[in-house]
Parts: sequence; structure tokens; C-alpha cells
Amino acid sequence: MLHSVRVSHVIAVLLAGISMSVPASAQNAAAQDGAPQQPPSAQSAADLRAEVERLRREFETVRDTYGARLSSLEAKIAVIEGAAQPAPVAPLPAAPPTPTAPATPPTEAPVPATQQAGAGVQVPPGAAGAGGPAGSLPVYGNVTALSKIFNPDMAVIGNFIGAAGKNDINPASAFRLNEAEMSFQAIVDPYARADFFLSASPEGLEIEEGFITFPTLPGGLLMKVGKMKAQFGKVNTMHSHVLPWVDTPLPMVNLLGGDEGLNDSGISVSKLILNPFLFLEATGEVYNGDNTLFKSHTRSDLAYVGRLRGYRDVTEGTNVDLGTSFTYGHNDAGPDFTTKVFGVDATVRYRPLRRAIYRRFIGRTELFWSRRQQEPVQANAFGAYVSGEYQFAQRWFAGARYDWSDRAKDPSLRDKAGSLLLTYWPSEFGQIRGQFRRTAYAEGVNANELLFQFLFSIGAHGAHVF
Amino acid sequence: MFTRFGWLSALAAVALCATAADARAELNVITTTEDLASIAREVGGDKIKVESLARGYQDPHFVEAKPSFVLKLNKAQLLIVVGRDLEIGWLPPLITQSRNARIQPGADGYLDASLAAKILELPTGQITRAMGDVHPLGNPHYWLDPENGKRIAKEIQGKLTQFDVGNSAYYTQREADVERRIDEAMKRWKAAMAPYKGLKVVTYHRSWPNFCDAFGIDVIAYIEPKPGIPPTPQHTLDVIQAMKAQNVKIIMVEPYFDLKTPNAIGAATGAKVLVMPPSVGGVKEVADYFKLFDYDINLLISTIKQMEAK
Repeated sequence: MLHSVRVSHVIAVLLAGISMSVPASAQNAAAQDGAPQQPPSAQSAADLRAEVERLRREFETVRDTYGARLSSLEAKIAVIEGAAQPAPVAPLPAAPPTPTAPATPPTEAPVPATQQAGAGVQVPPGAAGAGGPAGSLPVYGNVTALSKIFNPDMAVIGNFIGAAGKNDINPASAFRLNEAEMSFQAIVDPYARADFFLSASPEGLEIEEGFITFPTLPGGLLMKVGKMKAQFGKVNTMHSHVLPWVDTPLPMVNLLGGDEGLNDSGISVSKLILNPFLFLEATGEVYNGDNTLFKSHTRSDLAYVGRLRGYRDVTEGTNVDLGTSFTYGHNDAGPDFTTKVFGVDATVRYRPLRRAIYRRFIGRTELFWSRRQQEPVQANAFGAYVSGEYQFAQRWFAGARYDWSDRAKDPSLRDKAGSLLLTYWPSEFGQIRGQFRRTAYAEGVNANELLFQFLFSIGAHGAHVF
Repeated sequence: MFTRFGWLSALAAVALCATAADARAELNVITTTEDLASIAREVGGDKIKVESLARGYQDPHFVEAKPSFVLKLNKAQLLIVVGRDLEIGWLPPLITQSRNARIQPGADGYLDASLAAKILELPTGQITRAMGDVHPLGNPHYWLDPENGKRIAKEIQGKLTQFDVGNSAYYTQREADVERRIDEAMKRWKAAMAPYKGLKVVTYHRSWPNFCDAFGIDVIAYIEPKPGIPPTPQHTLDVIQAMKAQNVKIIMVEPYFDLKTPNAIGAATGAKVLVMPPSVGGVKEVADYFKLFDYDINLLISTIKQMEAK
């Protein structure tokens, strides 16, 4: 009895609570709905005044900013008119900070441009705050105009290749703008960045790469989604303009799907395996399976790539980079035939820190084993290259490469080639390279060729992965 | 249902343990250069652990994006960068590969030390690569003005306080002390340089505008014809002529540049070639931010005195 009384009591209290809360919330809703129709109270009038005041201040800031820019322009005109009389520039730099600047610039007036410009003739007339960015800066690219702030970094890299000599097996044009690579790179949002590389060549325009990278997934994962170069070995991951040669080595051409290499649409996930001894990274990728190496006969015929990479600093200027890769997918011999390729790569780098811009050496080798199922028997082919590049002056590199490879479909045919290279960098944005290449084709034909290359880059091209 | 709850509570426990561990341990700070590391060390004292990616004797524009740096960034709670595009050639891919959400650009653990600093040589008009390796966001060697050192310290203090509110009084007190010591040293440095106000010098790269601005030195030419472009014979001749015309007797060279051209110019003009570290760690004696100015100013003055004695 007592028990039931307690229960009914509780229910009564609950009901009372509900009945009270319902009208209360209804009132709230009514108040919210009705608010706009109500005449402005003293409170909202004050709000309005504050708002007007805020707008006025904002307008003044804008006016001041543009005033400063105008005076900057006037000063520049004065400079031009007064030829070699930069004095008028001096008083202007006391421009106010732009309203978006989160950090307050130093209160004292920046150095008059005369002093800066006095330092050397090439200095563009500069003045802190006069149109220059003052606030939080994006990491990539330049922000010289407000309209460009959210534009991605854009660059175009021209790759012009010429060839001289005789090659009956694989004849290349005498002159050819082999590729114009356009890159668009930017941060998408706080969680991702995107990179697009479009390649225009005499064959047409194609998406070389286009992927989104999520660098901050839980579990220390790095995920890429899109079309991209597969993480198989070293050369396959590189764009043609960062290769140390004009061409690609024979095993890439014969065993990994041609000049373009393994490049497909898919998903890539990689993880650092943290340990106290070395940098260790494991990558797993799944691709559509339709590219120059693989052929997808049904939707489930996917291709897979796995890679394990280890890296260790030996000294501050020397390091060793080792990797092993694997890929698997269906091939064009038929729906039931697959191709597997194993790869091992090793790189030794030497670059003394104090003379980093003058000296460096990169020695590299990659080995490829291809297991291609086909009629009548599986073809087991092997290919490899050994390469060295030495920088002997600030702008000069000398290199050599030896490469050889069986053909994936007919391992009894082995091509061999040797190359000598000389590269000159007029600046970081241009490169001129000559390569003497002697190829001994399996058909018994020898080709001696001189390849030369002009690479030129305009715009802001993002830094490359090591 | 219960397993999901179990997972959640396990996750929560892990997260709690992680934060607890973070709170106990010293804050793990990575800087791109040794100058920033030194200032951070002054402000953070024993509450933080600081490491720099680049060495002071290395050209900070051309650091290699080594995977070993990825490991360091992976564990960092705070990344302090010089900014102004100084690290553009190597840092962005390292940050992307770090798998560390805390230090991505825009995240709380990413501090651009240049935001409050006085930046010189901000280009205003159209800039092109014809000007060489020009920095569109201004000269990034701004730490070479001790006044900017104070501003960097203030920025770092603000960030450390945000991360570690419990020790905010400690950081505030240490930062005030850094500013006081820089002010004191500044008096000393300025007094030492006062007799040589307007000293004309030639430098290799455009690394010194803030330093020269702070101490009244006048750079009349650069050995590089344009930033990042190696010396050319014609430009070298021009420099020699300008030096002779203005009687310039000092050539300042950063430790990572080749001395061949500077020495040749020195021989032609009778000027002295000084290897001047622009960064902490540039030479062995320069162990911290204060010693950087001590060393450079002493080197300049003792060289001038030697030449006057002759």
C-alpha cells in the first residue's frame, strides 16, 4: 500500500513537472516567433546603436586601409616622377593593420623604404603593411591579391624532349613538347588537402593524378583517394620532371606498364610503424585494376599494391632508404590470368648540410620481378637499373645509369641500356639535360642516341615528397 | 550494445590516459630553425622539450624533407615555423606526412612566428621570378633583429600558455625576463656598434636586412646577383667596382655559401671576408640567441679594429 502510494506520488510529481514545462516551452516558442513583430525596446535600440557604431568603425578601418594603399600608389608615382628620389616613400609605411590581422604588428613605424631600397637596386620598393599580407598566412603559394587568396597553387611545367641518333625499335620524335604538366594544389578544409596534376601531351589531355589526402585520420593513418601514381618502388611514384633522367629505365617500360607506370584510380592508406630504430612506413592500396599493366574484366577484378619502406639517417648528411613493393591484378591474357610484380629498391643519399646547395650524391637501384600468367605458361621476367647522380657545382649534375629488363610477355627477350647524363640548372625553375643512351635491344639492334631535355616551371609548384 | 559501450569506455580510458600522460610530460615542441628553438627554450624553460629540424649551419631554404623529420613531427605537440615562405620548399610535405592533426596549418599546434614580427622588404608591386628567388611575403630572415626576438618570444609565450594554462605564470615570468635581457643586451650591442653607424658592407645573400637595420649597417651590394642565383662574372665585377668606389672593406658570408667568389672579391678590393652565422648553431660558439648577436657583433668590431690598426 505504502509502496503504491509512493509510486503514484512519483507519477503525480512527474505529470506536474511535464505540465509545467510544456507551457513554458510553448511560451518560449511564442516569444521567439513574436519577437520580430514587437516594437524595438530600449534594449534592441542600444543593440542597434552598437551595431551602427561597429559598422562605422569597420568602414573607417576599410577607409584607412585604402587610404594607405592610395598613398602608397601616390608615393610610387612620386618615385617614378622624381627618378631616383625615393625619399617620398618614406612617410607612408605607417599604414594601419588590416582589420583581419589577428596579431598586432609592431607599434613602431617600419623602416622607411628608402633604407631597405638603399640596400640594393633589385629590391622591389617595399613597405610593411602597404598592401602586403599581415594576417594569418596560408602555407602554400603567394597571396599578392585578395582575389587569389583561396585559389589553389597553380603551376605549369613544360617538358621538352629532343632526340638525335638512330633507333629503329622505339623511334622518338626529333623534337617534342612531351608534356605540359599543370598542377593545382591547395588545402581543402581543416581535414584534407587536394592535388591535381593534369598532363597535356601530343596525345591529348589526361588526368595524371588527382587525389585528396586526409593527413589527420585517427590511428595515425594517411589516406589518399583519387587517381594517383601507385606507391610501388621509387621511380613509379615520381613525376617525369623530377626524374634524374630524360627517359624512364627499361624495367619500368617493360614490366610496370610503360612510361606512365602504374597509375590508376583507387584508395591508398599508409601508416607509420613507430619504433626507436628507423622510419618505417607501410602502405596498402587498392585500385580499379584497369591501366597499362592490369586489365579488369569484371568490377571485382581490382588491383592491389603493398609497400614497406624503411629509412634511416646514417650521419646528418647521409641516409639509407630501403623499400619492398608488391602488386597484383588481372591481366589482358584473359579473365583468369593475373600478373604479380615484386620490387625491391635501395637508395643511398649523401648531402653535406653545410654545402647542401653545392654537393650531393644519390645512388639508387630498383629490382623488379614480374610473374605474368598467360598461355601456354607463366612468364617470369626480371629487370633492374642502377643509377648514380652527383652534383659537382651549384648548378651542375653528372649522372650514369645502367638498366636491363626482360620483356614481361616474352622473358627470353632482354633489352639492355647504358646512359651518361649531364644536367644544368639555370635556376630552381629551369633545367637543361643531355643524356647519351646506348640501347641493345633483344632483337639484336643497337641504338645510340643523344636525348636532350628542357624543363621549365612557372607558378607555385608544391614541394616534393622525399 | 554492451560491446559497443565496452569499446567506447575503452577508447575513453585510452584518451584519458593519453591526456593525463601529456599533462605530466613536458610539452614536445619542434621548431624549424635553431633560432626559434633557442627562443622557445628561453621562454619554456624546463616545462618544454624543444628540438629544431634544421641545423644553424644549414641554408634554411634548402633543407631536405627527410623521413626522420616526419617521425619528429609525428610526436610534436607544437610546431613553430619561421614562416614567410622560408620553409616552403621542404616543410609542407613533412607536415602532410606527419599524421599529426595537432600541427597541421591552422591547427592550434601550428605557430607561425612571423605574425607579430617586423618584416622588411615586403614587395608591393607585381613580382616575378625574373627577380630570382624572391620571397613574396617579405624577407624571412627577420629573427636577426633582437626586437623581433622579443616579439617571437611573446608569440611563443602566448602559445605555451594556451597549451599549458597551469604554468602560465611561469611562462609569463620567463618571457618578461627574456625581454628584459634582450633589452639589456641590445643597449650593449647598440653601444658597441654606435661608433660604426653607417658601416658599409657587402653580403652574400639577402639574409641581413633586419640585422643591418637594427645596428645601423648599410648593405651596398650582394654577391648573389639576385636572391638564389649564383654569382656571375659580370655581377662580381660590378660588386668590386661598387666596393672600390665606396671603400667597402667587409664582406659578410653565411656559413653555407662557397667562399670562392667572396675571397676573389676580397683579394681584388682588400676587403675582409667574414663568415657570419645568421642563425644559432651557425658556428659552434653560437649556442643560443644571445650569443648569436654577441658573436656577430664581436666579429664585425674586432675585424674593423684590426683593419684600423694596420
